[in-house]
Amino acid sequence: MGNFMEWLDRRFPATQVWNDHMAKYWTPKNFNFWYYFGVLSIVILVLQIVTGIFLTMHYKPDVTLAFASVEYIMRDVPWGWLIRYLHAIGASAFFVVIYLHMFRGLIYGSSREPRELVWLIGCVIYVALMAESFMGYLLPWGNMSYWGAQVIISLFDVIPYVGPALSEWIRGDFVVSDATLNRFFAFHVIAVPLILCVLVFLHIVALHKVGSLNPDGIEIKENKDKGGIPLDGIAFHPYYTVKDTVGVVVFFIIYLGVVFYWPEGGGVLLEKDNFTPANSLQTPPDIVPLWYFTPFYSILRASTADFLVVLGSLTAIAAIATPFIKTKRSNKIAAFVGYGVIAICLFIFDAKWWGVVMMAMAIVVMFLLPWLDKSPVKSIRYRSLPFKIAVTIFVLAFISLGYLGMHPVSALSTIQAQTCTVLYFAFFALMPFYTTWGKTKPVPERLT
Amino acid sequence: MKLSNSIKALLVALPILAVAPNTFAAGAESLVLDSVHIDSRDTESLQRGAELFVTYCLSCHSAQYMRYERLANDLDISLEKLSQEMMFTTDKPGDLMIAAMPEEDAKEWFGVAPPDLTLVSRLRKNDWLYTYLRGFYLDEASPNGWNNSVFENAAMPHALYELQGSQTLVGHIEHGVEGAGDAQAEPQQGQKLVGDAIFELQKAGTLSPTEFDTAMRDLVNFLSYLAEPAQLQRRAIGPWVMGWLVILFVVSYLLKKEYWRDVH
Repeated sequence: MGNFMEWLDRRFPATQVWNDHMAKYWTPKNFNFWYYFGVLSIVILVLQIVTGIFLTMHYKPDVTLAFASVEYIMRDVPWGWLIRYLHAIGASAFFVVIYLHMFRGLIYGSSREPRELVWLIGCVIYVALMAESFMGYLLPWGNMSYWGAQVIISLFDVIPYVGPALSEWIRGDFVVSDATLNRFFAFHVIAVPLILCVLVFLHIVALHKVGSLNPDGIEIKENKDKGGIPLDGIAFHPYYTVKDTVGVVVFFIIYLGVVFYWPEGGGVLLEKDNFTPANSLQTPPDIVPLWYFTPFYSILRASTADFLVVLGSLTAIAAIATPFIKTKRSNKIAAFVGYGVIAICLFIFDAKWWGVVMMAMAIVVMFLLPWLDKSPVKSIRYRSLPFKIAVTIFVLAFISLGYLGMHPVSALSTIQAQTCTVLYFAFFALMPFYTTWGKTKPVPERLT
Repeated sequence: MKLSNSIKALLVALPILAVAPNTFAAGAESLVLDSVHIDSRDTESLQRGAELFVTYCLSCHSAQYMRYERLANDLDISLEKLSQEMMFTTDKPGDLMIAAMPEEDAKEWFGVAPPDLTLVSRLRKNDWLYTYLRGFYLDEASPNGWNNSVFENAAMPHALYELQGSQTLVGHIEHGVEGAGDAQAEPQQGQKLVGDAIFELQKAGTLSPTEFDTAMRDLVNFLSYLAEPAQLQRRAIGPWVMGWLVILFVVSYLLKKEYWRDVH
């Protein structure tokens, strides 16, 4: 063995890579519950790829065969039902884990300097994952798959001038059809997974360059022993490999519990309207996207003509108020022009256009987090009260939007969704202000 | 695992969220359905349901994703019995369960092709099926002479007529729906409540009303199995998988504790 490793190391940096990223990769010793979700998302990525390969062996991307081929997998392929449930429910599990992973980054300041690139690459992974699951959802060719894709692709219609041509180009047809199914299959099984794997690799490369932050939000590299090893650091392997194993097992208990005992998840994981083949003549009573898209779907639906009038008036007032704010003259002019343009746009463009824009903005603002957060400390443990309140409101608004997006609209629910939409954007827009308010607690020198 | 204060605040605030949006969630569906308790481990009930299905449903409806042989294996039905008593359109047990009636004829006779029933239980849910199957009544205004209290103007005539007999709709019990002119408080003696509809038996069938309800439970039990035969495997393997994971959890936890002894 020793001889072989010597032979190998002269030709390939096997031992070096192992040490740099596992055995001598120094990790903060105080990772808590929230730090399991990174490794869990890798586990699910592998799981989705492996189950996906086996599904591809039996699935037929053809509108006349697709639906029946899924039922063939569920009935006639040995263990096909298990592979299919693992994959379909794995998609939901992926988003549960990713949302918790992102929330961790938010509360412990993981996106802050020098980890901005880790966060940015992560945001791109999130967008790629949304594309991956959206296109995968069309493949069973159930009626909800079909109508969901029809509605979402038609959103591109609102883009001025090129919109209708663009959505036709995405579909490859005037409506969702065999051409759409075939290209979504191609994207879902090869294009996007390749991109995802590259992005995940980059995410980890960037992370290992700067090292993980921790629940205390302080750098372990600032306190090293004589040998250059962080005093509060422990080797990733074996310490976190054994600890993460426990987390992975707990995850599988929950995940396989759902797969074996509750695969439909009350109609949220597998929707009942998807148990009938796509039918262009029969629209389901409520077209609902999958649960992990519903917060954004709610924001889309929140954009009504009344809502725009309210927003437009508020922005106009803000524009008029800018000359009275004590700040530099250039700032005043920039704010006045900025608010003015937005106010005019709010009155010019219609509600559907703004719905799509707000939905897109809801994702774009996530990318800006490292620069919006101005708090002198990183971890929520030492932050001031206003930030804690803001995070709480944000989480409640996000969950509420998700809940509202799963149900048909009513007059009241529209107002609720609009309120939550305002709160969602206010969380980001006001972040440079409230993160500087209040008194932060003293940050310890060493990990607690 | 120290939860920060804001997380605690969040956990406290969550119930508020759960209450608020629920206030408008009601009202989307006003169908009153009878709940049916089915049991995929009750093989005898599944066998009876299968016999009802092949006798009364399969002549018009297909179960095009299901194979006869699978059904026989899962429900402990001998291949002899299967081929002699349950297969009318084919002699190969490996064949899919396709209806005897050609789809074009069906369209001509009923206006629509009878839907495939393989997945109907996952699409409509069992309570709906149980109420629907018991909700057929005589209606002279309808082209085929029948109507249904759950699915108004259903194209299907009462296929189980010889079992249930024929019933007429007396009215509906009140449940706050306006314009229910024929509403009455509750069913009288000799009348039967199905969902929110009150029926009166005109001509008895070969089964008593109670026997018919049991037969429909068997049929729904079978339809639920038909929609997901894998549920039998899921439930059979599930405990072993979970048990193995629990053992793995204990082992991995002890391993972690052992390794982390020197971390302070």
